[in-house]
Amino acid sequence: MDVFLQQCVNAISLGGIYALLALGLAVVFSIVRLINFAHGEVMTVAGYAIWFALLSSVPVAAAILLGVVVAMLASVAMERIAFRAMRGANVTSLLITSFAVSEIIKVFFQNGITARPVPIVLPAWMSGTVNIGFLTISVMSIISITVVILSLIALTLVLTRTTLGVAMRAAAEDFPVVRLVGIKANHVVALAFAISGVLAGVTAVLWVAQRGSVDPLMGAAPVLKAFIATVLGGLGSLSGAVAGGFAVGIVEVFLQGYLPESVAPYREAISLSIIIAILVARPDGLLPAQNVNRS
Amino acid sequence: MLAVENLVMRYGPVEAVRGISFNVGQGEIVALLGANGAGKSTTLASIAGLLKPTSGTITYNGRPVSGLPPETLSRQGVSLVPEGRRIFSSLSVAENLWLGGASHANADDRRARQNEMEERFPILRERTRQKAGLLSGGEQQMLSIARALMSKPKLLLLDEPSLGLAPQMVERVFDLIASLRDEGITILLVEQNVPMSLAIADHGIVLANGRIAISGTGAELARDSKVSETYLAA
Repeated sequence: MDVFLQQCVNAISLGGIYALLALGLAVVFSIVRLINFAHGEVMTVAGYAIWFALLSSVPVAAAILLGVVVAMLASVAMERIAFRAMRGANVTSLLITSFAVSEIIKVFFQNGITARPVPIVLPAWMSGTVNIGFLTISVMSIISITVVILSLIALTLVLTRTTLGVAMRAAAEDFPVVRLVGIKANHVVALAFAISGVLAGVTAVLWVAQRGSVDPLMGAAPVLKAFIATVLGGLGSLSGAVAGGFAVGIVEVFLQGYLPESVAPYREAISLSIIIAILVARPDGLLPAQNVNRS
Repeated sequence: MLAVENLVMRYGPVEAVRGISFNVGQGEIVALLGANGAGKSTTLASIAGLLKPTSGTITYNGRPVSGLPPETLSRQGVSLVPEGRRIFSSLSVAENLWLGGASHANADDRRARQNEMEERFPILRERTRQKAGLLSGGEQQMLSIARALMSKPKLLLLDEPSLGLAPQMVERVFDLIASLRDEGITILLVEQNVPMSLAIADHGIVLANGRIAISGTGAELARDSKVSETYLAA
């Protein structure tokens, strides 16, 4: 029983990370119809920013903040440099652009720093565990879950309490009309990329803290999972992205924990099969986006 | 206030508007009539900045505005009530109105304006927290007009505001348009309800196949039997 509960904590913690990444993808997709495969590289950029800051003896808290800010700037810069020129292009062109951006950033870190992982040393207490009743929970899980909850609350506040946030939700439904009421298209798109970048930055902090290292390919695997999560939740739906993220995390952790040794190598195949089965039953995803009228 | 000169709009090989010119004077209602595909909505969309004219000029308050983006035009006092209402259905009624006032520099002005709108359209105040998509067709049209009015426009463009509404609601919409003109808002109205439009319009323009077929004062056109012929024939 306690093993099961511990797995639940792990599942929520990993699922939360996927949820934040998936939200970052969904926020951008809902507005510019771009599946940004360079989203993982925003994580990587944040990871290296934290590494560099710690190397320069910046305090840990400041390094983490710097990582998130750099991720936000990287995401906004990506839009400004690569995606704005492609606005209105078809989905395939946008997808290829995002792959190009992703490759450029990976190669930049591989050649500019090193292809091998570089270590990041965080305070020892972060890798410790605490006992709650009969449960032994890692401090990182508690931090992850807390950060995920706070991020979701913050995002909800931005989307419901600020004009530009409300405009973003409106733009997911009908972008031309948002412009008709006098809201600048570029501001809405920039905010979407900024939010997406902050979410990738926060995810990067959690990811790096758990793994203790940064490498040029660190964002690739989680963003693929996040992409699966957004499709599973319903492409373009924000609540769907969160649901999808948790679902992917839960499936992954429980297969890892309970699958017999002999079938363990097929873990990914089994988890993807489960996701395909869910999509067969619900082709539009768990919580599909509501938008209908789009020209 | 608004002058359109030799406006041509082309989508690929299709010429939707083939060189039309007309003026809308300060405080007037001008009705743009014609069959489906005559080029009315395209003309309106190009004035609002949603479509770029292929050629021709649009002058608003003495300044050329053709090709400016919709957000700039909105801030200069041009507001469009789009065809099919296009309210943000997943947002609340209040959020729809609030977004309509995005061009207000001052939050107090914006709140005051929202209050005025809710007083003018009591149903919107009753439903303020409800999702806009749950409103009836007529209520959604009221919301769409109220959203456009939030910015205190000087020129209001209305695209088929009575389309798909129940008869009493149609009457309310036309009464509203007439009273907006009386408050000093200049109105360019695209409609398929010809008699009711001509009854409130100062000027009427009938488009057929992208060209102006007939134009005149509202009263003249209302008497002209060719209007309904052209309108029905195209």
